[in-house]
Amino acid sequence: MSFYGTDWGSRLRYLVLAIIVTIGLAIASLFVGVSDVSLASLLSSSAEDRPMQVLLISRIPRTLAILLAGASMAIAGLVMQMVVRNRFVEPSTAGTTEAASLGFLVVTIFAPGWPLMAKMLVAAVFALAGTALFLRVLRAVPLRDVLLVPLVGIMLGGIIGSVTSFFAYRMGLNASLLAWSMGDFSGVIRGRYELLWIGLACCIIAYIAADRFTVAGMGRDFTTNLGLNHKHVMMLGLVIVSVVSAVVLVSVGSIPFLGLIIPNIVSLTVGDNMRRTVPWVAVGGAAFVMICDIIGRIVRFPYEIPISVVVGVVGSGIFLYLLLRTRRHAA
Amino acid sequence: MLPDLSTQRGVLPIKLSRPALVLLVLSVLAVVSIVCFMTLGAKGSWSFVLSFRGKKLLGLILVAYAISISTVLFQTVTNNRILTPSIMGFDALYMLIKTGMVFFLGIGALVTVDPQLQFVFEVSVMVVFSLLLFRWLFLGEERSLHLLVLVGIVFGILFRSISNFMQRMLDPGAFNVLQDTMYASFSTTDPALLTISAVIVLVVSIFAFRIMHTFDVLTLGRAQAINLGVDYKRTVVVILTLVAILVSVSTALVGPITFFGLLVATLAHSLIGTSRHKYVLPAAALLAIVFLVGGQTVLERVFEFDTALSIIIEFLGGIVFIVLVLRRSAR
Repeated sequence: MSFYGTDWGSRLRYLVLAIIVTIGLAIASLFVGVSDVSLASLLSSSAEDRPMQVLLISRIPRTLAILLAGASMAIAGLVMQMVVRNRFVEPSTAGTTEAASLGFLVVTIFAPGWPLMAKMLVAAVFALAGTALFLRVLRAVPLRDVLLVPLVGIMLGGIIGSVTSFFAYRMGLNASLLAWSMGDFSGVIRGRYELLWIGLACCIIAYIAADRFTVAGMGRDFTTNLGLNHKHVMMLGLVIVSVVSAVVLVSVGSIPFLGLIIPNIVSLTVGDNMRRTVPWVAVGGAAFVMICDIIGRIVRFPYEIPISVVVGVVGSGIFLYLLLRTRRHAA
Repeated sequence: MLPDLSTQRGVLPIKLSRPALVLLVLSVLAVVSIVCFMTLGAKGSWSFVLSFRGKKLLGLILVAYAISISTVLFQTVTNNRILTPSIMGFDALYMLIKTGMVFFLGIGALVTVDPQLQFVFEVSVMVVFSLLLFRWLFLGEERSLHLLVLVGIVFGILFRSISNFMQRMLDPGAFNVLQDTMYASFSTTDPALLTISAVIVLVVSIFAFRIMHTFDVLTLGRAQAINLGVDYKRTVVVILTLVAILVSVSTALVGPITFFGLLVATLAHSLIGTSRHKYVLPAAALLAIVFLVGGQTVLERVFEFDTALSIIIEFLGGIVFIVLVLRRSAR
């Protein structure tokens, strides 16, 4: 069933190891970049000097943003997969991300002066509405094929996206739409990432409610039979997914397929009990985004490649593998 | 066969079958939209207006023709009405080849090498790759339609991400040149490409015309076609080559438009009412001309915003696609 024993101790040991590796990556991330920040330069300079300032204003916020965004997007994907009961949904294959982006565009057009927090909330409301629309469309199909769900979701996302680009085009906001919807950590500095802590809060809520989601993943009748209100669990899950999508979109832009590949890879080895998988998914998401961002910073040094491009290549490759793999096993 | 509409209603003095009637109406519409496109809102010297718009018109007609014919033929080969070359990621593949050429050969190749030679080279690579992709996806084990569509879409995303990645690796100057050649819109087609595209489309049409009689047999399915004496593999390879060439032509001229082919092919099939290719192919081509030329005229003259046509096509096409997929699964 899994690659390690069933006893609690060794399972914890692997998890701790994974966390240590992620922290190692995070520390490495602090020292990767154009401006020279090394241990020696930090020790030899005072707090007012350039290396220390770069570290405090840019590198530490960036690293934290990567960890938070990676973990919370992966968790959002996991929650969504449980609630919709489909392995291949995640915010970018269900219209959620695109709806959030439409919401952000609308608030930018009508209330450009609002604080970022308010804009984020509007984006979250749109994300929620988009996801609800997706579920409504799905309900029109009585016989659900596993693959039909992400297919419809991607197309719905495309339709919402075309509405967004239509208005962006009319308002002359195409360039800024492209700038904010493309996931990129290079613009993250102190004061521009703090919203992502809300994502962490969502992760913690997801962990607390993990058992409920696991039960909800077994179907409405089963959930009701166990005395849980299926509707409430659904709603909680969708709110978590929408808020996380909106927060990540507003602070760093969209990171495609992250919520799909990490939970799937984790479930291949750890199984589907959400109580057990949440820590793994969070750590895996954070480590994956961290690695991709470090690659993006190194490969074209001194320029950078945005995270969404790196994740796009790696993520769609892994998604293809997962798709073709499951079919071969099912056949 | 279908009942003769003209005798039933007694409207027309000459006897016309439904397909012929549809073709007649579509031809009239196409001519009307072409005339409107050429003449509406013209100011100044007619010789200038006609030659200037003539080039644009030729571009639009070539694109309409290439997309509609390639889509119908692709649907014939894959034997379903939902898959289209652009949904399967073929036009993203073309963009990838173009980017890859600049990436590996340097921007000098794009500027110094004769554009017509370049085009021939790109098309040959495209043909080889699309044949490989097709062989792998369709001629191997039996796969479900949903899997194929999803795999195609994700392939498209993968190709786009890789080209995006390569573009980021280029130096900014080269990136700009490439960007200019790749993201042409309906209103700015490259005149250098028009002549060669027209020649290629003509040659492809002659080839297609010569094997036209096998198309109808292929729609019966692989086993039936072989049974009826069609050299299945050879015919499929020939048709796919034609499709790949047509997709390259249209993508080179205006860039990718995902759903246009699906839109016109679906409409052509439902208007004509039979799947005979001698009716469906011209109907699809005429519909495509009406949509592109007519749509462009309306947008340019009435609403005065030009490149948004592709956005509107994506919006409508996306909805048609979801409806088609859902209806198919509901059955």
